[in-house]
Amino acid sequence: PSQCDLFCPQNYPLYIRSVPTENELKFHYTVHTSLDVVDEKISAMGKALVDQRELYLGLLYPTEDYKVYGYVTNSKVKFVMVVDSSNTALRDNEIRSMFRKLHNSYTDIMCNPFYNPGDRIHSRAFDTMVNSMMMQVC
Amino acid sequence: ITEVCGAKRVGYFGPAQFYIALKLIAAAQSGFPVRIESIRNELPLPRFMALKNDTEVRYGTPAESHGVKFQVPHATLEKNSYKRTDEGDKQEPKSPPMSPICSPPASPSTYQRIPLSYGYGKARSGLEQQHGAPYEVRHSTHQQDGPSSGNYGAKSALTCSTPNRSLSVEREQQDSSTQYSDDPWRITEEQRDYYINQFRSLQPDLNAFISGSVAKNFFTKSKLPIPELSHIWELSDVDCDGALTLPEFCAAFHLVVARKNGYQLPETLPETLLPEYLQAACLKPLHDCALFDSYPEPLPSSQTRDFSRTEKSSAEEVPDNSALLQDGKKDDKQALKVSTTPLKTIPKEFQHLTVKAGKEKKNAMCYLHKPKLVSYSSTSIEDAMKKGEEPPTPPPRPQKSHSRASSLDLNKIFQQNTQAVRSGWLPPPPPALPPRPSVSQTEQSSEVELRPQMNRPPSQAEENSSAKKEVVLVQPPSKPARRKLRTEAQGLETPELSPTINVTSSLPAVKPHLPVQKQSSKQKRAIQTAIRKNKEANAVLARLNSELQQQLKEVHKERIALETQLEQLRPVTVL
Repeated sequence: PSQCDLFCPQNYPLYIRSVPTENELKFHYTVHTSLDVVDEKISAMGKALVDQRELYLGLLYPTEDYKVYGYVTNSKVKFVMVVDSSNTALRDNEIRSMFRKLHNSYTDIMCNPFYNPGDRIHSRAFDTMVNSMMMQVC
Repeated sequence: ITEVCGAKRVGYFGPAQFYIALKLIAAAQSGFPVRIESIRNELPLPRFMALKNDTEVRYGTPAESHGVKFQVPHATLEKNSYKRTDEGDKQEPKSPPMSPICSPPASPSTYQRIPLSYGYGKARSGLEQQHGAPYEVRHSTHQQDGPSSGNYGAKSALTCSTPNRSLSVEREQQDSSTQYSDDPWRITEEQRDYYINQFRSLQPDLNAFISGSVAKNFFTKSKLPIPELSHIWELSDVDCDGALTLPEFCAAFHLVVARKNGYQLPETLPETLLPEYLQAACLKPLHDCALFDSYPEPLPSSQTRDFSRTEKSSAEEVPDNSALLQDGKKDDKQALKVSTTPLKTIPKEFQHLTVKAGKEKKNAMCYLHKPKLVSYSSTSIEDAMKKGEEPPTPPPRPQKSHSRASSLDLNKIFQQNTQAVRSGWLPPPPPALPPRPSVSQTEQSSEVELRPQMNRPPSQAEENSSAKKEVVLVQPPSKPARRKLRTEAQGLETPELSPTINVTSSLPAVKPHLPVQKQSSKQKRAIQTAIRKNKEANAVLARLNSELQQQLKEVHKERIALETQLEQLRPVTVL
């Protein structure tokens, strides 16, 4: 089970996708709390703002065995990914590559003149990309 | 057959009549008597033959026929065509192209009319039969058409409404005729030519791009819902650079047309719509695939712009702006014939306005070009529509100068205002035009060249475009103001300009001596065209307004984002 979210700079969600759709509420809750951690890290990183990528946050809830990873772009768009800790095969590099793919797809969406920044993302191409990515993870 | 199937009685070929007619055709071809009872037999599919020479004749007229005879009542069309059926069973016209002509609703959006009428251009014969000319199948004859005609019934059932159905049937016909397949995603020659013409109207250089905002305006006029347009863009902008090349544009246009005809959008771009495929097909006749050569050059620049748009404050955009401004100014003088690749990036930048530096002057100058392109696209649609409707009418300028006595005064007011506001910002007016503020003048000069059919000096449309430009100009100046918190200065400008906007839309945009010459001969017609153009201008302005509102919203968001970023940077020392 895993989830992938995209948040805009104002911290409202642009895109949310969970792979197994049950327990989605728990995922949402996890993600929202992780947003606070993300914001903390952004402000802490103030000096080294050039380093756009954020390391994974580690276990937020030891009991629930979730790992939450975050990623921030230059325009303060936040990507949050929740994966099951039981999936120990996931290495940091893979997470980074997944975030990079997400970022690329996001910029492709931005290229679309019909997309208004701040809208929910309904792009089918983006959906397929995220789905394929999450299938790999699970 | 017409009589038997009831079309003559009813006056048109509805689906029922059409199917019966087809059945009767098949019956006749199989040797059965033409009677209602014969359709009960098991019949092979009717075979349609075409007269090749007729089709060639009609190939010459698609340009004029686009939408020209569009409003011809369906009944007459049908009757004309079907009189032939009585004469020759063996040579059955393909009726489907006929029926769509009536089916488009009485008040289609003008844009919608174009793909539809274009489709009829494909059904060329449908247009000629104005004169009751024999209406033959335009497509090459093949037995394969038999099964494809059988498919018409099946596929017709799938689409929801009569217009859509007949159009999709027609589209299948068109495609199948030339490609021997039922692939609706293939672009036929006529379609391609039409798309290329549309591309030209947006962007004279076929090797260059259409920017995102220009394309957005253009496709928004198709009245498809935004999510669908967004999806179409996703499909067609293969290199994801926020701009459409000619093949990408053709693909996008084709998808729009298909969607309007009732086809569902595919999940992925069909093979036949891929840029490489389309390029090979459509560019070779035009240029020797030189498009690829021009790709690397604009691509990196546009790519960087996209990224800067989304990711960083675009410091590099400012120096680019100045360079582009030079090009843009030249373009003003040469009426945008120059490849507008640099210009195309400007609207993108403005749309996202990540320009922090944005000196007001530069921004304002850049805005000049954005409205130009914006109005370019919108007027191009008007042009296309107008062209479709009738031969271009002479400009109503002369009319205007006399119908509105106050116009001259307003001219002066406008001059004063804009000169006061824009002094130093705008390039000197082109010599050919009177010393009006260069804002509208550059627009005029560009419009002059832009509309080849209008050999005369600026017309109502130009006035409209100049008005539009004013509208757009109103908004952009306020943008940097917000950033720099100089709303007062901008606020002063906007009220000055806004009252003149409504005026300029009705103002003749030309010098006095030219109108005098032409005025005498075209007054009445000019009034009517002026009225119509005014209405169109109003619609365009309203649209523009809403788009600008949207942009304003986006800019607000960006500003907030930047401010929060700024604040985040500040407390670092505090922590």
